[in-house]
Amino acid sequence: MTQVTTPAGAAGTADDGVMVRAEQVHKSFGSVEVLKGIDLEVRSGEVCCLLGPSGSGKSTFLRCINHLEKINAGRIRVDGELIGYRERGGKLHEMREKEIATQRRAIGMVFQRFNLFPHMTALQNVAEAPVLSGRERKAAARDRAAALLQRVGLGDKLGSYPGQLSGGQQQRVAIARALAMQPKLMLFDEPTSALDPELVGEVLDVMKDLARDGMTMIVVTHEIGFAREVGDSLIFMDDGVVVESGAPREVIANPRHDRTKAFLAKVL
Amino acid sequence: MSSETDTTERARPEPIQAVPVRHPGRWVAVAVIGVLVAMFVHLLVTNKAFNWAFMVDEMFRPPIMEGLRGTLALTVLAMVIGVSLGVVVAIMRLSENPILRGVSWAYTWFFRAVPRLVLAILFGNLGILWARIEFGLPFDRQIGALFGVDDFEARLFGFSALEILTGFVAGMLALGLSEAAYMAEIVRAGIQSVDEGQTEAAQALGLSRTQILRRIVLPQAMRVIIPPTGNETIAMLKDTSLVAFVPVSTELFFQLKAVGNRTFQVFPMYVAACLWYLLLTSVLLVGQYYLERHFSKGFGKSAQAKIRLRGITAEAGGSASEAGR
Ligand SMILES: Nc1ncnc2c1ncn2[C@@H]1O[C@H](COP(=O)(O)OP(=O)(O)O)[C@@H](O)[C@H]1O
Ligand SMILES: [Mg+2]
Repeated sequence: MTQVTTPAGAAGTADDGVMVRAEQVHKSFGSVEVLKGIDLEVRSGEVCCLLGPSGSGKSTFLRCINHLEKINAGRIRVDGELIGYRERGGKLHEMREKEIATQRRAIGMVFQRFNLFPHMTALQNVAEAPVLSGRERKAAARDRAAALLQRVGLGDKLGSYPGQLSGGQQQRVAIARALAMQPKLMLFDEPTSALDPELVGEVLDVMKDLARDGMTMIVVTHEIGFAREVGDSLIFMDDGVVVESGAPREVIANPRHDRTKAFLAKVL
Repeated sequence: MSSETDTTERARPEPIQAVPVRHPGRWVAVAVIGVLVAMFVHLLVTNKAFNWAFMVDEMFRPPIMEGLRGTLALTVLAMVIGVSLGVVVAIMRLSENPILRGVSWAYTWFFRAVPRLVLAILFGNLGILWARIEFGLPFDRQIGALFGVDDFEARLFGFSALEILTGFVAGMLALGLSEAAYMAEIVRAGIQSVDEGQTEAAQALGLSRTQILRRIVLPQAMRVIIPPTGNETIAMLKDTSLVAFVPVSTELFFQLKAVGNRTFQVFPMYVAACLWYLLLTSVLLVGQYYLERHFSKGFGKSAQAKIRLRGITAEAGGSASEAGR
């Protein structure tokens, strides 16, 4: 059953250079409202950094973008396409599982706890999805997986199982795994929060490299340095709402809102 | 402060050669066990009722070997039915569809509630319900009557229940269907043991539900599923002896009992049964050890040791400390 209400003037046009457009996104778990009307726009090729205290709904919002969570109201569009629903005659229709899977393939996701497949080698982790989705033959997928692992600096770890890799190496495999589906958007949920401090740099370097190549990215992070250096926009969330947004340097240097100030004082 | 220690390396202290703690209790235990073992061996050797020569002579005869083949086939077939149907029932149980969940619950309830021996005998007598088992349109006569056609029959094929449902097939179905109920619980626990993040990562990559189950979740669940499945297989091997009462004649225990009854040497043949089942079970234990080692790859030494400890192979396959590759 769909309970998504139609906000006024929801226009779904692609080709305006906007990769992600969220309008009045609401999400509740039971009676608890976690997202209370999020509006956000990320342009193609942009890196958007999402900051906010723990429990403010950052992960939930990210998971709504690739429909791991169903939203209760509002609209999310990626590359002009409504996520999870089809609009027909002013009504929303739930998509079939297959169609949702197709949409997800265009959106890469990197998790805080890596979530690599522990029973597969690094190479198999990366090559699995392109083969299963029928996109590539095994040999071609393996070649490209090897090249991707090379690109994230793990050309010598193709045959290693996740359990044999350090946290930083695992997260780089996870990035390569997401890239293997050739997504047009990458979502990062605190990709360096589970890492030992000396391993954070190698993962951030890979992400900077991606940003330089023009990948559209939404990054939930507490790495203020990364946000300032790589981010094109910064969004500060608290308690399910966007409190403040703007150019990263601007927001970090002169936060306008008290909650932003308090948060930045803690993480800087 | 002495000047010696400043200039040269400190001398290595002499190795500790302490007097070990004495365990007098252990020696008492060894003595008691020794006496009991001696008594048992004495019994085995001197008591005429064992009739060893007769037993060894009889226990490898062709009918027994045929029974042995039957027992092995029954074990394998019942486990194949049990595991495949068990996976299906487990997946139904975890489904979002309440009807599938209900059916799965009812199945597990029924087959876990009825003892296997009763089930086996019941299946052997199902021929009483139907002379023939036929496949086609269900309720065809009633549907025919609705449209005013008498004796309307829409059956594709059928066979005589008395031929099929006696003996081997009845035993196989009883054991296999009952096993599926236990396997379903084991598979369900295995699937639930896999971290939620695995499914999420696979969903985010755009894999379908079946692909995720087959390629990501089940292979990891195997680590949890394999040890109890090994135990189930061993239990199944022993439970095949129940179908001797269906009766199934191509079965080890039935054949051994038959020899005992025919020759009035019942006891030696029961001992022979013990020895045969001991041998077969030991072979399975070795197989279980290697299977578990295979399915714990990529999970590190401590995980492997833990799995080993949970399974029965901890006793058979050596200590947990040498579990690593
Ligand atoms: N599956 C869920 N069920 C119930 N509550 C949830 C669930 N996921 C998240 N929440 C709640 O939603 C709130 C926001 O969580 P989350 O999006 O993880 O925040 P953040 O990532 O900013 O730390 C938290 O209060 C959390 O307890
Ligand atoms: Mg989070």
